[in-house]
Amino acid sequence: MKIQLSSLLLLISIYFTTAQTVTVCKAGCDYKSIQTAVDSSKSGNSILIKSGLYNEANIVIYKKSLHISGEEGTVIDTQNKGYGFSVEATDIVIKNLTIKNIKVSYTKEYAAILLFKSYDFAIENITVENAFFGFLIQKSKDGVIHNNTIAGQGKAEADSGNAIHLWHCKNVKITNNDVRRMRDGIYLEFGSNSYISNNYSNDNMRYGLHFMFSNDNIYEDNIFNANGAGVAVMFSKRIKMFRNVFKKNWGTASYGILLKEISDAELKHNIFEDNTIGINADGTNRILFTENTFSNNGYAVKVIGACYDNTYSKNNFLYNSFDLSYSGNLNSNTFENNYWSNYTGYDLDKNGFGDIPYRPVKLFSYLVNRTPESIVLLRSLFIDIIDFSEKVSPVFTPENLIDNKPLMTQVKW
Amino acid sequence: MLKILKYSFFDLMRSSWSYVYFAFYLLLGIVLLFLNNDLSKAVITLMNVIIVLVPLIGTIFGVMYYYNSKEFTELLLAQPLKRSSIFLGQYLGVAISLSMSLILGLGLPFIAYGLFKSSAIWDFSLLLIVGVFLTFIFSALAFNIALSHENKIKGFGYAILMWLFLAIIYDGLFLMSLILFEDYPLDKVSLIGTMLNPIDLSRTLILLKLDISALLGYTGAVFKQFFGTSFGLIVSFLALTIWVGLPVLRIIFKSNKKDF
Repeated sequence: MKIQLSSLLLLISIYFTTAQTVTVCKAGCDYKSIQTAVDSSKSGNSILIKSGLYNEANIVIYKKSLHISGEEGTVIDTQNKGYGFSVEATDIVIKNLTIKNIKVSYTKEYAAILLFKSYDFAIENITVENAFFGFLIQKSKDGVIHNNTIAGQGKAEADSGNAIHLWHCKNVKITNNDVRRMRDGIYLEFGSNSYISNNYSNDNMRYGLHFMFSNDNIYEDNIFNANGAGVAVMFSKRIKMFRNVFKKNWGTASYGILLKEISDAELKHNIFEDNTIGINADGTNRILFTENTFSNNGYAVKVIGACYDNTYSKNNFLYNSFDLSYSGNLNSNTFENNYWSNYTGYDLDKNGFGDIPYRPVKLFSYLVNRTPESIVLLRSLFIDIIDFSEKVSPVFTPENLIDNKPLMTQVKW
Repeated sequence: MLKILKYSFFDLMRSSWSYVYFAFYLLLGIVLLFLNNDLSKAVITLMNVIIVLVPLIGTIFGVMYYYNSKEFTELLLAQPLKRSSIFLGQYLGVAISLSMSLILGLGLPFIAYGLFKSSAIWDFSLLLIVGVFLTFIFSALAFNIALSHENKIKGFGYAILMWLFLAIIYDGLFLMSLILFEDYPLDKVSLIGTMLNPIDLSRTLILLKLDISALLGYTGAVFKQFFGTSFGLIVSFLALTIWVGLPVLRIIFKSNKKDF
């Protein structure tokens, strides 16, 4: 036992002696520039960049595992010359830095931190100001991106990049980040088994969070506010979306969530507030929407077509202009046990379910789909009358699209 | 004119109809607030009531008051008074007393509920302003109809028809023409169509505050420009003012020429 303990202590002391820390500052430290510190360090070393302004760009770390950290007030200004860090290494840590003024380019994707084929990485407490791309992570896996702030200045989609962009990555945790005024807040392209939580994505031009060909991911407890669209999930399978808030995504093509060609996903406990369209579903299969709240949206849910076997149950639909817009046939999608604030039925047997079914699709939403300008007649008495007559005898809206057991009280979770 | 206004006003204030109207709004406000517990939702329901009922009541009251006070009017006409001041005085008496019932009837429960602390105060005051505008517009229109028709039954009939047309039939025709011409760009046409009907205009004005996400999302750039800015608000109020002004001018014109 004693021998074991002492050998353990020996191992630790060996570990610490090899894990040397070098310092970088303007005067009186081991090195004056970050690049020379990196070049002269061995794998396993730590580099501490002391407080100060460093005008350096394109710092290359190649096949060396380094732990780079800064102090409060450590600023790296790339002066629009290119990348901040360009890394290809395993076991790499970069933290506590401010990186600013990333070059905008229409041909290259300049980023504050570029990781390529890097495993076991951690990027923490990085502030990126005036970013083109924030973190561009390619063909990497097993990493953590935690507690970063990334802000851009882009004015159009074409001349701005994504805050956190993952391409062909696996097993990455993206947590507690704040991304704003970029093209996409967080973008996963061919990314799988990633976990995204507690991020705040605000004022991005395109999407707050974007999945493309990315399977088996989870995102939860994020807030998406005033983006072009909150989240776009496209061509992906088995995505879990829990407890997110989507709000104020306003505009002609703005959605809380845009679902395009996705299957086997689950949406639970999300809140959709003040969006033009809460969920836009196009080509979605076997998706479970349960215990979500849709309040004050233009459309709560808009189903475009080619959607099969989706289940909408136990959701709260509160004061939306339209609860549901639907194109095509019902296609074995079900709407059951939801709470609809527009429901006018009664519950005589007191079992908690309304006795008469609810029809979520109104004739007027069908008309607005056909002639968008007719929206000016919203809430007119005439529209109420034709909606009522359509409710009594459906002609234009799908006849079997009904909630047979609408709830009488809001769902609580 | 002021004297006649005062007389008409107090005459109406004493009549039981004003109290019924006042009590109706009071009850509506109380029921909405204390059964709903949600101020914003109550404002939406109120909008539905206001854009339908206020014009109807303004119309009926205007016609009724004109015919009822006809003998008194003829008595006044024998006096050395300007005709326009007689009729304008009566018209303003009706419109102001109706507006007062509306404002007090709805305002009291809302104030009791704690309106001044709520963010819905702007929505609510817009609602009241629109309600007052509608009262003025529709009682003026009613006076016009009554002035043009000696026969009471005919006058009532036309007044109700006018309300029915503006409240319901107009929207039907509007919608039909939109669908008929859906291949053409319609945003400007639909804006103009909205301006031409005071009820539609009021509804749109209130909706801008409430359902703006739906409106903004589903319409073209013209709508966004118009509805998204204070320019739209100013133009809308201007249109409402014109809607009050034109019928009032016709009251003056018609009453000067009419042979009693």
